[in-house]
Amino acid sequence: MSGATADPRFATRTAPRKGMSLSWSDPLFRSVVWQVLIVGVVVAIVWYLVSNTRHNLEVRKIATGFGFLGREAGLPIGESMITYSPTDTYLRALWIGVLNTLKVAITGIVIATVIGTLVGIGRLSKNWLLAKFTAVYVEVLRDIPLLLQLLFWYAILQALPGPRQALHPVDGVFLSNRGIKVPLLEWQAAHWWTLAAFAAGAIGAVLWSRACDRRQAETGVRPRVWPIALGLMVAFPVVVWLALGAPWTWDLPALRGFNFQGGGTLTPEFMALLAGLVIYTSAFIAEIVRSGILAVPHGQWEAANALGLRSGMVLRKVVLPQALRVIIPPMTSTYLNITKNSSLAVAIGYQDIVSIANTTLNQTGQAIEGIAIIMLVYLTISLSISLFMNWYNARIALVER
Amino acid sequence: MTPPASAAATTADTIHVPAPTRERPPASVYGPWAWLRANLFSSWWSTAFTLVFGYLLIRWALGFFNWAVINAIWSVPGTGQQVDTSACRALEGAGACWAVIGEKYRFILFGLYPYDEQWRPAICIALFIGLYIVSAMRRFWRKELGLIWLGTLTVIGILMWGGVFGMEYVPQEKWGGLAITLILATFGLAFAFPLAVLVALGRRSTKMPAVKMLCVLYVELIRGVPLISLLFMASVMFPLFLPEGMNIDKLLRAQIAIILFAGAYLAEVVRGGLQALPKGQYEAADALGLSYWQRTGFIILPQALTLVIPPLVNTFIGFFKDTSLVLIIGIFDLLTAGKTAIVEPAWQGFGVEVYVFVALIYFMFCFAMSKYSQNLETELNRHRRR
Repeated sequence: MSGATADPRFATRTAPRKGMSLSWSDPLFRSVVWQVLIVGVVVAIVWYLVSNTRHNLEVRKIATGFGFLGREAGLPIGESMITYSPTDTYLRALWIGVLNTLKVAITGIVIATVIGTLVGIGRLSKNWLLAKFTAVYVEVLRDIPLLLQLLFWYAILQALPGPRQALHPVDGVFLSNRGIKVPLLEWQAAHWWTLAAFAAGAIGAVLWSRACDRRQAETGVRPRVWPIALGLMVAFPVVVWLALGAPWTWDLPALRGFNFQGGGTLTPEFMALLAGLVIYTSAFIAEIVRSGILAVPHGQWEAANALGLRSGMVLRKVVLPQALRVIIPPMTSTYLNITKNSSLAVAIGYQDIVSIANTTLNQTGQAIEGIAIIMLVYLTISLSISLFMNWYNARIALVER
Repeated sequence: MTPPASAAATTADTIHVPAPTRERPPASVYGPWAWLRANLFSSWWSTAFTLVFGYLLIRWALGFFNWAVINAIWSVPGTGQQVDTSACRALEGAGACWAVIGEKYRFILFGLYPYDEQWRPAICIALFIGLYIVSAMRRFWRKELGLIWLGTLTVIGILMWGGVFGMEYVPQEKWGGLAITLILATFGLAFAFPLAVLVALGRRSTKMPAVKMLCVLYVELIRGVPLISLLFMASVMFPLFLPEGMNIDKLLRAQIAIILFAGAYLAEVVRGGLQALPKGQYEAADALGLSYWQRTGFIILPQALTLVIPPLVNTFIGFFKDTSLVLIIGIFDLLTAGKTAIVEPAWQGFGVEVYVFVALIYFMFCFAMSKYSQNLETELNRHRRR
């Protein structure tokens, strides 16, 4: 086919157009009429709805516009990553909602990917017990609605004893119906420097590994990568940390009166939401990973083994790059699903953007603006995730001739 | 050639062939012991894992068995407002209190529907299940299936509302439980699917850029936002959209939101099928001189839809689970009924039992669908795997 069209003699020649004739037998005319009709109907419906809305707003004396964002919110927020008091504006309250959504979505994506990958690989294991257990895990968890799972975990966390009888599995960790209390490292400047040293070390390790690749390409001998990489990423930060006096004080939670003082808190709402999201989504990720690995033909494993690659290398250099091509597109939509599903937080009282926008909407009566904000936030997040994943997908895509 | 009969007779007389002794394969490759070795103890790692994990699993299973069966309480004295749940409270979580299910299962399944009339939603649930089974059978995949759906859904509507044939009228606010979940899912599907096909066709159209743009806008917008935001829209914004004085009930508004939501996702699945169809099919249909709708209805859609049945069923499953989100806007579906059942002070704190019961109902529906989709996939792909 393509060979034939490449030949100039057979090149498709479009008949010269004489412009559109106003006859029903002209396909162009028909398509224009249909389009005008359909678009007209849609516009008419939208116009009808908008005019109704405007009329209703007038009747109910609701002022439109986003002016309410600057007003004092007066809504209490239990958990926030930035400072907040009820006297702050609605805008700040909504921003906290966005941050809380991002917090649970990003944590959820990372943990669900790790667990899901392990479960997916486990399902392919030769160990019968592991394979059966992971199969049951996947089949059961993905067939139960997420909202139900959230309510279930929340009910379990609520059934934990009160702060005075808190469970105390490890020193400094308390489990109670007020959430999980964990020790917190007292953050000092030295820790920032250590973190910076780690980042620099990581960049150095990447550069070193690239240099090793070049050496291998030139000489055929690959220098050992890991000792220097390990030194850069572990030893260097540790040295920096020691040089700065090795600060190591922990803020331990302790029971004072009826509640805990100090330490970091993971609220029951956050834990229930995270547990539900991670467990539900990891079942889907497991299936994606499994089908990705199964999609690599068996001959690829055999060929790699025949070349004498070690099993780690087979996985890393041969199987994974091919499996990733199958895995990435469905993984993208799963990540988008986690983000969108985090909106179920509103059912258990975790204050994400939907929850805060909903409260705002009830307090101010600005229904249209409130819902517009929710949609805008999610559209932005969805678009960013899919842009990033598309970029990553393009990077690992098969380079064809 | 000499007939072999005589030859065989002579050889049998003269040559003694010893009966072959069947040697059993060694125990290392055959039998339960070998199976254990191959599947549970094949390497050091495998052995260690089996032992540790097996121990944990057995402990957990015993703990669960204790909770769910041995220490469980199956009924408590009293009923309704006078129920005495002190026996369940005394357990302090060591055992399940299944009495809550015995007491509340009618409420969970039928919600606030009048008690004496609950046979009506019960029949509706049976009709829904029958409808699903009939639709799943390939021998019913023809035009009459549409009529069956239409008839069954009409009967369900009559049964739920009542008011005719001597049945008491039951307003929609009193409906609830499993019936609502099945109504939302089934009616949603029945309307979302045709919408999805139209949108998918629109998005594929090359001759109508304006229509294509509308379809892209619809699909991408809906898929970019969570279902909750659409449900909120249905519950708080919808009343603003309608002319003054006109009002439609909450269930219908949620139903519309679910249809719009499912339509966008199903449209993407259908589009996948349209894209997977070889171009030659389109060209051949054009060469026969078929019109657009003839081509689409007779050639393209039958093939494209068959290609995507497994992902379609998976979308249905997701969508069935998603109907539970109506809890957030206060519609009385199965999950809301379960959550409300434990609001009563006597039953507070027995959420886990109720949620396990509700989860079991959801699981049965979804698992049946997913098994069906897997079987269908192997069946439909049989011609490809010769």
